[in-house]
Amino acid sequence: MKHFAELVKVLGTTSKTNEKLEALSEYFANAKNEDKVWVIAIFSGRKPRRAVNSTQLITWCVEEAKLPGWLFGESYHTVGDLAETIALLLPEPDDELLNTHDHSLSYYIETFKQIEKQDEAVKRKFIVDSWSYMDQNEKFVFNKLITGAFRIGISQKMMVNALSKFTSLEASVIAHRISGNWDPSTTSFEELLNESASIVDHSKPYPFYLAYALDEPPSTLGDPNEWQVEWKWDGIRGQMIKRNNELFVWSRGEDLMTEKFPEYAVLKDLLPDGVVLDGEIIPSVDKKPLPFALLQTRIGRKNITKKQLQEAPITFFAYDLLEYNYEDWRSKPLVERRKQLEAIIEPLQSSLIILSPIVEFKTWDELAVMRETSRDLCAEGFMLKRRSSAYQVGRKVGDWWKWKIDPLTIDAVMIYAAKGSGRRSNLYTDYTFAVRDGHKLVSFAKAYSGLTDKEFNEIDAFVKRNSIEKFGPVRTVKPTLVFELAFEGIAASNRHKSGVALRFPRMSRWRKDKTVDEINTLDDLKKMLEVYGKPTTS
Amino acid sequence: MALIEFTDKGLYCPAGKFYIDPWRPVDKALITHGHSDHAYFGSKSYLCHKYTKPILQLRLGDNDYQTVDWNETIFINGVQVSFHPAGHVIGSSQIRLELDGEVWVFSGDYKTTSDGISVDFEPIRCHTFITESTFGLPIYKWKSQQQTDKEIQDWVTENKADGRTSVLLAYSLGKAQRVIKSVAAITDTIFAHGAVYNLHETLRTAGHDLPEVKRITVDTPKETLKASVVIAPPSADSSPWMKRFTPHSVGVCSGWMQVRGNVRRRNADAGFVMSDHADWAGLLDAVKATGAQKVFVTHGFQAAFSRYLNDIGIEAAEVKTEYGNDEDIEATADATNEAI
Repeated sequence: MKHFAELVKVLGTTSKTNEKLEALSEYFANAKNEDKVWVIAIFSGRKPRRAVNSTQLITWCVEEAKLPGWLFGESYHTVGDLAETIALLLPEPDDELLNTHDHSLSYYIETFKQIEKQDEAVKRKFIVDSWSYMDQNEKFVFNKLITGAFRIGISQKMMVNALSKFTSLEASVIAHRISGNWDPSTTSFEELLNESASIVDHSKPYPFYLAYALDEPPSTLGDPNEWQVEWKWDGIRGQMIKRNNELFVWSRGEDLMTEKFPEYAVLKDLLPDGVVLDGEIIPSVDKKPLPFALLQTRIGRKNITKKQLQEAPITFFAYDLLEYNYEDWRSKPLVERRKQLEAIIEPLQSSLIILSPIVEFKTWDELAVMRETSRDLCAEGFMLKRRSSAYQVGRKVGDWWKWKIDPLTIDAVMIYAAKGSGRRSNLYTDYTFAVRDGHKLVSFAKAYSGLTDKEFNEIDAFVKRNSIEKFGPVRTVKPTLVFELAFEGIAASNRHKSGVALRFPRMSRWRKDKTVDEINTLDDLKKMLEVYGKPTTS
Repeated sequence: MALIEFTDKGLYCPAGKFYIDPWRPVDKALITHGHSDHAYFGSKSYLCHKYTKPILQLRLGDNDYQTVDWNETIFINGVQVSFHPAGHVIGSSQIRLELDGEVWVFSGDYKTTSDGISVDFEPIRCHTFITESTFGLPIYKWKSQQQTDKEIQDWVTENKADGRTSVLLAYSLGKAQRVIKSVAAITDTIFAHGAVYNLHETLRTAGHDLPEVKRITVDTPKETLKASVVIAPPSADSSPWMKRFTPHSVGVCSGWMQVRGNVRRRNADAGFVMSDHADWAGLLDAVKATGAQKVFVTHGFQAAFSRYLNDIGIEAAEVKTEYGNDEDIEATADATNEAI
């Protein structure tokens, strides 16, 4: 565990990619195979079973540290991370005790599994005993294992690079192997990175190819004939896999979402075997997309009712073919993949899966004009894809671009602030905004991003000096600071006081030139809702 | 009657007609220490500890300065006044006021552990204690100076072996002297940014026993800086001034480095938990040692620390002051007058 804790420390503090890669490679070179598998799993978002919950951890921590519960709360709001707060509050072991134990990473994960069904007293003993001989950094990592969510700055690419030193497999193959539905407690390191064909996992998705935003005018891309243009949809990016007569749907976050979309089940009988499609899951009727807000009504639910299925019908807008006949097609040019994709989808005549249409255009200027109509189609702009491009891994510059429409904007005043987490710990960075409604202010959106570190520091100082009231971690501040908020869409909502919900709100500008009297009004918001917020059912 | 009132200009003693660490110009200012958020310019006369005077002269220029030694008793308009070591930085003092048997102490900034440079904090019995609370949460626990020294020394040695310059960012008055002393044990030449150099030289000239540092100027040959050790104020970070050291590693020395998020935010290569303020246990010990019946908590985590004091049976209230942004103020002052 000390070895793993040291790795996490280096990865968490160094800002240099090389040092991270070096630390990761060093770990893979020296760790036990069982531990390596877990490191790959944890850093790619898989979690060990949760043996105890956060409330238990907090209770045991305040008991051990002999502190009142409210003080734990204050500390947590400042640190912004539960595992770290606990590690900081617990007493440090003396030097003698510190070096008495050094169990492996897999030992702890194994033990978590064993105590999961045991009495609380057994759990408490194991956790508290473990804390007693760990230093602060080890305790932090140990707590992180329990609470899940290791948000460590490790890209899939970096992990693949580190692993590629230990195998002759190609990067894209490694990326494919470590994605998908494998279970670190039953998969060995050899199986995972075996150089001959590995154990067949029919559900395994490919890593998604992601596009960068186009900042230059599209004319810089050269001849329009070299480019395939599609609408950029506002939905959930997904991979649909049909193999071995089974159907799987994956999200970009590597979540298996098959169960969330029961209506796709019939596609199992329609799609040919050995096919992997890339596309967008969009609420739609008659091949016409509906606002994303509609999808949100069902996406978070554990059980989806019939009514929800009817009110939020979905379609898979397919735009790429990654595997055909069980053969990896990613290195073939896009034109070829598209042709085959059309040959698969068109004959289906299904409302559940359609081709994401190709936008016909002759000049970039013509395309620019068409782009202005994006919102009418519930699209966010265009995707520009080089016809000759392969399907790459991760975010790559050059062949795929997203050319989004300008966001909607509104001027609002900040009324509440809360401290952030992670690198924004102990800094007021999470704000709530209001518009005017007569003499009142009505809150309507929260935003956390879009400003520079320097601006956040400035606002943090303002909040600390201008708080009116404190509600737990939230401070009410004098309504003085005006910001321009940018957002991608607006929808009616009965969950918010203002009656609207914004999509992706963020701070686009700090309007130091404006006072609270000059901000937008609730009426302005409602007008925007009329123009841009389509009815959520048709 | 309250011996000290909290006004919009600073802490005011109505009986003695003087202010302590005022943030607006006043007639008579008693100064606990030379940090810029406690020693503002523009007052007609200043009273401080004798070690603080040269620092004020450097930062505020010529003024009417009077000095006292620690534990020396003087009377101002009938109020008995004395200064006592606060252990924060060289010259830093707590100020004790007594009138008609009633004793108040203002801590200024302080730490209870020994740094081997400032004279150690001395607890003073009083009825009312006004304490800072910069690190007034139990997440803040300092390691010993020896432990931090070792961490810094190991880091410098490693950088040297890799051919990298070690740039240590530390507040010019206080932490810079501690870091300089720490690295002097393993290296002959220590380079310093102008702001650090000026202050450090002022202290050396005043007779404090501190290692020598070399000022970095436009003429300092780049080769001599290779794999060397450089002490700079936090404001130098990511300024063009830093370019001359490439390849280099940056280490930040601050109590805030206790929390990982802060290290990441600073984008530092290393964070050394080192502070001239008391940690949670230090604050508690200090408050208890005064035996005070009433505690006022100023700059820092006032709300949490005063609530906790009330929880454990010590009557406490929070007070709003303008202290506690020393690093911000120094940052701008430093950045403006250094040659790139």
